[in-house]
Amino acid sequence: MKLTQLSLFLENRPGALRLPCQVLGQAGVDILSLSLADTQQFGILRLIVKDTERARKVLEEAGCVVKATDVLAVEVPDRAGGLADMLGAFEGSGLSIEYIYPLVAGHRGKTAVLLLRVEDPEKAAAMLAGRKVRVLSREEALEAVGA
Amino acid sequence: MTPAESRVWDPAELLPRDRLVELQLERLRGSVARAGITPFYDAALSRAGVAPGDIRTLGDLGRIPLTTKDDLRAHYPLGMLAVPRAEIARIHGSSGTTGKPTFVAYSHADMQVWSGLCARFLVAGGLRPDHLVHVAFGYGLFTGGFGLHQGIERVGAGIVPVAGGNTPRQVMLLRDLRPDVLVCTPSYALHIAEVARAVGDDPRGLGLSFGHFGGEPWTEEMRVEIERELGIQAFNNYGLSEVIGPGVSGECFARSGMHVAEDHFLVECLDPWTLEPVPDGDVGELVFTSLTKEAMPVLRYRTRDLASLDRSPCPCGRTGVRMSRVVGRSDDMFIVRGVNVFPSQIEEALLRVEGAAPHYVIEIARPGTLDEAVVRVEIRPRDFSDEMRQMVALRDRIDHEIHSITGIRMTIELVAPSTLGRSEGKARRVIDHRRAGSTGSA
Repeated sequence: MKLTQLSLFLENRPGALRLPCQVLGQAGVDILSLSLADTQQFGILRLIVKDTERARKVLEEAGCVVKATDVLAVEVPDRAGGLADMLGAFEGSGLSIEYIYPLVAGHRGKTAVLLLRVEDPEKAAAMLAGRKVRVLSREEALEAVGA
Repeated sequence: MTPAESRVWDPAELLPRDRLVELQLERLRGSVARAGITPFYDAALSRAGVAPGDIRTLGDLGRIPLTTKDDLRAHYPLGMLAVPRAEIARIHGSSGTTGKPTFVAYSHADMQVWSGLCARFLVAGGLRPDHLVHVAFGYGLFTGGFGLHQGIERVGAGIVPVAGGNTPRQVMLLRDLRPDVLVCTPSYALHIAEVARAVGDDPRGLGLSFGHFGGEPWTEEMRVEIERELGIQAFNNYGLSEVIGPGVSGECFARSGMHVAEDHFLVECLDPWTLEPVPDGDVGELVFTSLTKEAMPVLRYRTRDLASLDRSPCPCGRTGVRMSRVVGRSDDMFIVRGVNVFPSQIEEALLRVEGAAPHYVIEIARPGTLDEAVVRVEIRPRDFSDEMRQMVALRDRIDHEIHSITGIRMTIELVAPSTLGRSEGKARRVIDHRRAGSTGSA
């Protein structure tokens, strides 16, 4: 049910984003999705890659600070109100979402796959399943993005 | 022998104050006479109208003009030499951040005094002949490496003269040779712990039992951190090459200040602006006068180091006045929007924040009309979070602590671990862009 995301600490200086991307490129690791959170003084790059272990190894060898966290890949109908409906499932559950970013849109014709970072992925996955929201397995998520 | 005496290297450390003062006065006259051999002191003393015979009490010291680092620089390379060249046993130099070093020379007698002074603080901090000591100070013109080395040799303990650099290799030597004692700068001690962890060693399991740290200012919080990280007792020592090098003062077991070797140096604590003595306990600039040095005596040398003096009796029985740890440099102190700030305050703030490493650089600029200070702080890998609110909270805690200690707001930039320089000599932590060409601390 879970997908491993790699987060990287980025300093606020020119080339800070390019370095990890170059490292992954040289190692032949394809980035499937990413999100970038930034402040004026530093940033956090979050990445989804196929070969997480290898990516982590080459990034750490290049001196990057890397942290692995689990995220949920959730299928959402690709129509107006689709996201709002999915978020509705969280209401009253006591579970909160830290952040969301997309993995792919137009999957299986009419769905989008979003990545959700929640505090307790196991609990959130069970809760979503109970409310008829489809949570993709790692394999399904990778397949959705064509990896 | 009482237990206190058993840990005293030189009986002179226990001299009653009245005997000490007699000895100081006698030696001061000799030192003024020796210094007067150099053209610099000859001119300075005659300008001030002071002859060695005019020194009747220690209070007459104030009649002697002060000596500054610039005076020493102006007499590069060996203009301050008070003995014939043939009598030089050793030359060391202080790290000039720009341009040339300042050389200091030692006679054979000076070398004996110096190694004995290092032995004093090493023994006061527990060194015994059966110990093995890992020395990670640079060996070279810097006085730290050879100074401590000679002191350890005098005590009769074993030495692993690793010198600086290649920290993973240092960790390997510590793990495999299992020395009892670590000698280096405090920031390098923390770096060793960090690298030990990175290569999979438990820094507390290296078998070290205590360490003697010096060469740069540090804080009580940093001592706690070193002791926790390495599982050791950490002792502070102080010295500067212009005065003799390490051995000017050092801590005893009480660890409530460093005993100045007052039979070899007179110490004054002056207000850096008015140059008037400050009361005991107040922070001022330390000024030293050498009493026994032959090759290069200094009279009332301004160290730029800020500390306070404590003349209350010490439980260890040593009678030498105790100086506090150096809380800053009178020339390193920087003024941001009218407020005096010391790098040690930043260090103290960082050590209060879980997740911030005590490795930092402060950059001060004046982009418009207002001063702006940026503190770049290393994060610890284990405290990095993918959640922005956690990272922002970390930055805000640092911001809050710095503001509460210094009273001013600085911009906090988080940087990756191990990206800021570590010092094996002295750390350079303040970069002031407001004064062109200025590079901060030495």
